[in-house]
Amino acid sequence: MDKQNALVQSGPMSHDHSHDDPHALLPSDPALRVKALETLLTRKGLIDPAALDEIIETYERKIGPRNGARVVARAWSNPQFRQALLEDATAVVADLGFYGRQGEHMIAVENTEAVHNMVVCTLCSCYPWPLLGIPPGWYKSDAYRARAVREPRRVLADFGVTLPSETAVRVWDSTAELRYLVIPRRPEGTEGMDEEALMALVSRDAMIGTALAGTP
Amino acid sequence: MTRVHDMGGRFGDGAVIPEPEDEVFHAEWHKRALAITLASGALGQWNLDVSRHSRERLAPMDYTRFSYYEKWMAALANLLVETNVVTADELSGRVDPVPSPLAGRAMKADWVAAALAKGGPADRPSSIAAVFEPGDAVVARRPAENDRVPGGHTRLPGYAAGALGRILRIHGAHVLPDSNAHGTGEAPEPLYAVVFPAAELWAHPEHPNDEVVVDMWQSYLRAAP
Repeated sequence: MDKQNALVQSGPMSHDHSHDDPHALLPSDPALRVKALETLLTRKGLIDPAALDEIIETYERKIGPRNGARVVARAWSNPQFRQALLEDATAVVADLGFYGRQGEHMIAVENTEAVHNMVVCTLCSCYPWPLLGIPPGWYKSDAYRARAVREPRRVLADFGVTLPSETAVRVWDSTAELRYLVIPRRPEGTEGMDEEALMALVSRDAMIGTALAGTP
Repeated sequence: MTRVHDMGGRFGDGAVIPEPEDEVFHAEWHKRALAITLASGALGQWNLDVSRHSRERLAPMDYTRFSYYEKWMAALANLLVETNVVTADELSGRVDPVPSPLAGRAMKADWVAAALAKGGPADRPSSIAAVFEPGDAVVARRPAENDRVPGGHTRLPGYAAGALGRILRIHGAHVLPDSNAHGTGEAPEPLYAVVFPAAELWAHPEHPNDEVVVDMWQSYLRAAP
């Protein structure tokens, strides 16, 4: 801590009420803090460590962006599916078995030559978990939350994406329980490719709107 | 502005750093933090809006210095004490933990898949009729504050306060976070996607045709004059 900060901290801000918050009773090291909470809640019978393992296993191995990629690849391949997805994404993806926590109300938004869609949650980290899994670190970062709404094109540049000036950017700020999935544009040269092959071109970031679909 | 979490449009945050798709967690304790939070929520002592509000209520100094899952842990510790699920003395380790009367509700490993798949829809029947239609011009409430509870939870971002937009779509009636975060009922009302031209929100928009869409409850909006 430099001298300036030391002065500030010894002044009125040292009475900041955060020091009275219950969380301040836990160890300050984050890993120890989590361990202390887990131990306490386990000893009180409120959590079962085996259930925690199962939750982690679910989001590490079972629920992730390949779910969303399947939806996109099918929308590219099947016009009726695409139409139904754009009309009622929740019902359509639930039919594929993709429904649940943080994905109770789904909306699919389609990129075109005229409009590029991009999704953010400026207030926290809302994200379509059943289709994309746990949000990446950058999606939860202050930089993305702060900048995506004001300067989406500069944010896209951080991902190496430049859009033509004829394309408008529409940023969706997930402020309610609606969860948005971006359907990227189908790349040229993919005619005749099957769903599995198309899936490989659909990255997580393309379904958030910070990347374009890959090329074969 | 509402609170420290309301950072949409803020200047000065630097680059966004992309990361590989297979990097789900960055540390072992992140995994445990996520799982403990979900399992604690399943005890049924608070709802999603209360849980979000508990993170936003962290002191700005803590909110800023804590990493993502540190915020989750701090907010969870606060909630557990506020709802009397644990005591401050148990949290600090000054006393031995007492078995909880809620122990029967603890999530078991074989319930996990069903619990996560079940989710918790936020749409509800409502006696409040939708007064706007797609295409209607609307103005967002200013200031962007909870109009029921001083300093209370709201999902109206500060950058959209007072801005002129138009209704893009109607989502049906949803639970109102401004009420539900404060134990005053779900108070469902119509929810809309409202589209704002970037030039309506920012002094220097990047492109004249860019737009931002914000989901907004009916009570956040009034008809444009």
